[in-house]
Order: sequence, then C-alpha cells, then structure tokens
Amino acid sequence: MKEYIKKYFALRKHNFQVGVKKAKKSKMCYAFLAPYALVFAVFYIVPLVTSIFFSFTYYNILEMPRFIGLDNYTSLILDDDIFLKGVKNTFMIAVITGPLGYLMSFLFAWLINELPRWIRTIAIVVFYAPSIAGAACLVVFSILFRGDAYGNMNALLMEMGIIDTPILWFQDPRYMLPICMVVILWMSLGSGFLAFVAGLQGVDRAQFEAGYMDGIKNRWQELWFITLPNMKPMLLFGAVMTITQSFGVCDVTMQLCGYPSTDYEARTVVTHLFDYGFTRFEMGYASAIATVLFVVMILCNKGIQSLLRRVGT
Amino acid sequence: MSKKMKVEKAYKPKAKILKKRKPNRSLVGDFFLYLFLLGMAFLMVFPLVFSVSSALKPLDELFLFPPKILAQNPTLDNFADLFVTMGKSWVTFSRYIFNTVWLTFAGTAGHLIVASMGAFVLAKYDFPGGKTFFKVVTVSLMFSGYITQIPNYLILNAFGWIDTYWSLVIPAFAFPMGFFLMKQFMEGLPMSLIEAAKIDGAREWRVFIDIVMPNVKPAWLTMIIYSVQSLWNNPANMFIYSEEKKTLVYALQQVGGGGIARTGQVQAVSIVIMVVPITIFIMSESQILETMASSGLKD
Repeated sequence: MKEYIKKYFALRKHNFQVGVKKAKKSKMCYAFLAPYALVFAVFYIVPLVTSIFFSFTYYNILEMPRFIGLDNYTSLILDDDIFLKGVKNTFMIAVITGPLGYLMSFLFAWLINELPRWIRTIAIVVFYAPSIAGAACLVVFSILFRGDAYGNMNALLMEMGIIDTPILWFQDPRYMLPICMVVILWMSLGSGFLAFVAGLQGVDRAQFEAGYMDGIKNRWQELWFITLPNMKPMLLFGAVMTITQSFGVCDVTMQLCGYPSTDYEARTVVTHLFDYGFTRFEMGYASAIATVLFVVMILCNKGIQSLLRRVGT
Repeated sequence: MSKKMKVEKAYKPKAKILKKRKPNRSLVGDFFLYLFLLGMAFLMVFPLVFSVSSALKPLDELFLFPPKILAQNPTLDNFADLFVTMGKSWVTFSRYIFNTVWLTFAGTAGHLIVASMGAFVLAKYDFPGGKTFFKVVTVSLMFSGYITQIPNYLILNAFGWIDTYWSLVIPAFAFPMGFFLMKQFMEGLPMSLIEAAKIDGAREWRVFIDIVMPNVKPAWLTMIIYSVQSLWNNPANMFIYSEEKKTLVYALQQVGGGGIARTGQVQAVSIVIMVVPITIFIMSESQILETMASSGLKD
C-alpha cells in the first residue's frame, strides 16, 4: 500500500514537472490568451464566485457584508411569496417556450433545408429577423394588444362579436403570461436555429443515399436515423442557447407587462433579482437568487445534454 | 436496372424541382409541410411588417376604429416628427446615435481582437490549462449574464467605471459566445498553413495577423454581428446614469413615455434601431452560416 501511494505521488510529481516544462515552452500561448482570460475572469468568473459568497451574507453596499449562513436561502423559499410566484412563472415559461422554441427551430431549419438556395436565403432572414429585431420591436405588441378599442386585437374580437368591452391584455393576469409566451416563441429562432441550418447543410449526402438503399421509407425515418445523429453537436449547442434564454426571461415581461407588473403576476426570477439588487440594494439576498438560478440552469443543461446524447440510438 | 431507367425517363419532361426530389418523399407530405412553413413564415414576419406600417401611418390612422393593418396614406411624418421631438429634448437625438454607435464600435472592435487572439492559441496549440479554460468558457454559455450583473456592478464600481462608457465596452470584450464560435471555427484551419508560415520565418504575431485572421473571415463577421446585436440593443440603464451617455434604445423608451399620441414616433424609432442589425445580418448571412456549421458542442 505504502509503495502504491509513493508511486502515485511520484507519478503526480512527474506529470506536474512535464506540465511546467510545457508551460514554459508555450509562453507565447499564454501571452495571446492573457487579455481575453483577464477580462473574462474579471467579468464572468470573479462575479460568479463573489455572488456565491455574498449569498451567505447580509450586504447592502453601505455596510460591510455580515455572514448570516443560510438565512437568505431559507427566507427565499419559506417567506418570500413573490419569489415563489416568480419561480412559478419562470418555470411555466421555460417549460412551455423552451422545448417548443427548440423544436420550432429544428423543424423550420429542417424544412427549409430542402428548398432551393435563393428561397432558403430569404427564409432564414424571415425566421431569424424577429430574434435580432426583438428588443426594439416589442413596442409593436403594445399596439397590437392595446388595452382600448383602438388596439388591433381588441378591435378584431369586438368586430367578431366575441367580446363587447376591450380587454386589458397586459393588466389582466389571465392574459399576461400567455401573450408573453407567444412573443417569446416568436423571438426564439435565434442562434440555435442558425446552428441547425448550418449543421443540416453539413450532413454528408452519401449517407442519405446509403439510407435509400437500406430501405429508409419516409422523411421521418431519415430524420431519426440519419439526420439527427449527424447533428448531435449542433443539437447540444442549440439546447444550451435555449435553456439559457428561457430561464433568463425578463426583457419581454418587463417591457410588455411593466416592472413591477400588476400584482406581480408577470414576475420572473430575473426581475426579482433586479428588484432586490438594483432597487432595494439588498445584494446578499439578490445574490442568493442569482445562485439559485445559476444552479438550476447548470443542472438543467447537464440533464438535457445527457438526454440529447441518446438521440438516434 | 432497366426499371430505374424507365423511371428516369418518365420524369424527364417534368420540372427541374421534381427531378431533383428525393425518392422517399411523398408529394402530399411536401405540400402540407410547405404550406405550414409558409403560414409560419407569414406569422413570423407579420409583427415586423405591422411595425413598419405603423411607423408610416399618420396620427389619425393610428386611432381609426376599426384599426387597419396596413397604412392607407403612408407618410414619413413620424420620422420627421421624431427629429422635432428629439430636438427639443435636453440631449439631442444625434447624441444618442453617437453614443450607441461609439459603444457598439469600441466594444466590437475590442472583442474581435482580444477574443480572436485567445481563440487562436486555444484552437491551434496544446498547452497546460488551455482545455480547462475552454471548458469554463463553455460553462459560461450555460448561464445568462443576468446572474453576474450584481457583482459586475460592484466590480465596475471598484474600478470607478460606473457612469462611463467603459462600463459597457470592457465587459463586451469577454462576450463568451463570440469566443466560443471563433475557437470552434479556427479548429478547422489546417495546422500546415501555420507551420509553413513559421518555416518561412514569421513570428507568432505575424502568423496571427497575416495567416490566421484573413482565413477566418466568416467567423469575424459572425462575432461582429453577435456583438453588435447585444451592444446595439443595450439600453445602458444599469451602469450609466448621465443622460448624455445613454443609448438609442433608452431614448426609444423615453419617447414612448410621452404618451399615446407618440405611438407613431415610437414605431419610427424602433425601425431606426432594428434596421442596422438586420442589414448587417442580411449582408453577411452566408458567412455566418459557414461559422455556425462548426458551432457544435463536442464532448
């Protein structure tokens, strides 16, 4: 046993020495990477670590942070009704728009893949434009769904005789979230969609021909047995993009339903984070919210990735 | 064999598209799927078209009952009014445009240089810590920037960058998405190209500038569009307080605050804002797709 441990450490030492030698040889690599690594560390890694640290403290910027253990987390889960509402909303939005948006991205990418080149080029712009224009274009929905009779949606429904008084779309809890979800879906064909389009173009044609020989009958079999397994890296990338977006939802709800929204009905986890971080300056509490969100996002990503690895098998 | 020949002959007089069709596709399926696609394309484009038409509507048409989708007498009055309204504001409209353009330009340029330098060595050289670093960047793609917003504020405050342009420009250098795409794209660059240049006596910096960068043009363009998209749409309301340093998107929100009579003008601003990223995308579409082809996450 003793010998074993000795050998283990000897090996470790050797590996370390080799590493140092290699590092000395590749000074130029570090020099090239340094500027990016520095900025990345300062604005991504350090904040993440400090955020986890602050989540265990009471900190309001003016006083020094005071360690309070798990108090932030317990009051978050046990006492904060509005946070739970935010969690519920975020979860609803993520569960509905996440998978739907992902499937839409893939379906559209797959359908336009077989179109002639010039139609495909136009189709990509048409489908991708909402996610670029998105933030600026949200205003249009406040005209479409305006709360008075001049709003197009209300006017349409009144013409058809379905309703007789205009609906306050963004103040009525029954309509707030569904409308936000529709808008989020509209904007969901983002970088994942582009990755899918590009990935589909890259699938080897010979494989399809081999598939015809082997008796692949229709487009769905072809999709499952040939196209999807070839696209796995893109599928993973698209999933990461989708999860990050759907858990981080806040722009759409803030712009459409207001901030704070009526009765906090459109609150999401991120808006709650902003509320505590930038309005009330309770940094410790806000950091706890951020940490919870971080853990959920990472877990969800890992889960979906292990699920996606099984595609086509 | 003879049967196959016959089939080919039968197809000959028909249109080119039919000839190219894959053998395992049903016509009915094609018809319905493309009909569905067309319908969805219409739905996707509708809000954008509606946005443009609202910007062209004169005021009385915006409050017509029942409202019309398309403008009946399109006018550019809203755009003209916009300059009048903004001209009266304390900070001129051109200043907002300047701020947005400057932020976008500085952030994107820095990001392009800093991130491609890092991506180059990660993609082409094997050195201790390199793989780990890239894994960390990949993980950072998995959570949205909102999580780090609060500590970011504290850090920017410590540097004294709050309420300066730097608070938006410098963090934009580290934008992980562009770095990730650049690195994945550079993997496809043949190592022999770099070695050949080295044998000819080029130093690393020369190799990077003269050999690597011209060969990864598609990745640059992709990086640029992503960076422009995030900076251009940034309302800059978290880290910047001074009115004269705010951006175009912020101005849009201000115009909207002027009440319901400004609806047309708000639409006009949103057209001004969205036209830039969309134009860049349209112009560089094929290069972006080329980059995205290497975007996959490998294990």
